[in-house]
Amino acid sequence: MAMDWEVFCKDTVTGDVISGCFGHGRDYTYLNWIISAWGWTVAVSLTALAIALIVGSIIGVIRTLPDSPKLVRFGNAWVELFRNIPLLVQIFLWYFVVPALVPPAKNLPPFILVVFALGFFTSARIAEQVRAGIQALPKGQRYAGMALGFTTPQYYRYVILPMAYRIIIPPLTSESMNIFKNSSVAFAVSIPELTQYAMQVGEETARPIEAYLAVTVLYVISALVINRIMAVVEKRSRVPGFVASGTGGGH
Amino acid sequence: MNLDLSIFNWALVQNFLLKGLWFSVTLTVVATLGGIFFGTLLALMRLSGKKWLDAPAAIYVNGMRSIPLVMVILWFFLLVPLLIGRPIGAEYSAFITFIAFEAAYFSEIMRAGIQSIPRGQVFAGQALGMSYKQNMTLVILPQAFRNMLPVLLTQTIILFQDTSLVYAIGAYDLLKGFDTAGKNLGRPIEMYLAAAVLYFIICYSLSYLVKRLHRKIAIIR
Repeated sequence: MAMDWEVFCKDTVTGDVISGCFGHGRDYTYLNWIISAWGWTVAVSLTALAIALIVGSIIGVIRTLPDSPKLVRFGNAWVELFRNIPLLVQIFLWYFVVPALVPPAKNLPPFILVVFALGFFTSARIAEQVRAGIQALPKGQRYAGMALGFTTPQYYRYVILPMAYRIIIPPLTSESMNIFKNSSVAFAVSIPELTQYAMQVGEETARPIEAYLAVTVLYVISALVINRIMAVVEKRSRVPGFVASGTGGGH
Repeated sequence: MNLDLSIFNWALVQNFLLKGLWFSVTLTVVATLGGIFFGTLLALMRLSGKKWLDAPAAIYVNGMRSIPLVMVILWFFLLVPLLIGRPIGAEYSAFITFIAFEAAYFSEIMRAGIQSIPRGQVFAGQALGMSYKQNMTLVILPQAFRNMLPVLLTQTIILFQDTSLVYAIGAYDLLKGFDTAGKNLGRPIEMYLAAAVLYFIICYSLSYLVKRLHRKIAIIR
């Protein structure tokens, strides 16, 4: 089966091959389009990752708070709720059900709704890792913070969290890569991201193999870039003498 | 916005949901069994210590794991008919896709499980004069399966959730059942809410059972 890569040089409206492949002004080729689709994938993933990190950290922390059983229960319920419903169903909930039940949400663009769906879905998994990271630290760290007269927010900020985050960098790396993969589910509500591009262009040009290949390669590149960035973060944040594997402490 | 709950009756279940639920469950069961079988083979290839077995298995597993499942579903739906020369339905395509995809994930779980068995067990088997096959099937794999059971079952729950992604190729699964019912009855909001509730009940009870099992196994070990 012969591949025809010229398809990416074609104008999306007229089907004419544009010289140089990259259309300017009124010309818009399939190459222009896939770059825009990649931009959507990156935008959805990174925004959702930011939400997931913030919400996941808060939920993960309150699940480890001493003497606040209500907050702990709330955190546990949050994790169970967002972990036990398929992502696609959650996206439908945000896209169709939330605007119907909460009228102000009607004016939100689909991008925001999808980002919340993906962000909250991932927040449950990050909360689980943050909790595990905090609990992997020896109890003495917490007591030492208390003994120094730190308030609860202070010893979390200065003692526990700096170490806990270093421990969970590896699972956070795979979670960041997962969020790029999971962003593909946004195709279901017509976000013009890579998977949507693959389906639409594959049909439109009758060249699905080329479209799928290009999209797959872009997904793999995205995942690799995230992986490298996290490796740099891990190296930069390393504390000499601290083995960030969870087995380092707790003698 | 008022929710209309009167549409939830036995006719709805019979007409729209049962078929989808049956498909989702069979897809989960078949993909789990097939995934464990091929995943074990892949894990054994990766642990064989022979480069010509290890390398292709590693490429397959890492390749599958770095592509979104939706893209894998689309790829198989496109390629399988081209390879066998005749069209197959979305349902059959989904079965093949999920077995192939889950094999990669299960193989990583199996690999970790096999590696969790102390080397002494392998040596003991060898010292007793067991062949590689005997050593694997009688000594290593039974223990590895037991260590890995909670993780395997958790992966199965994730797999059950992931079956909803066959939406991309239009196979009729549980979510599609709710989707179709919502469109036909003109009540999509109620149907998506009901889908979320049903998926939650199924997955939450299963993960609760896995947690209990985990505790039971942990005590014995």
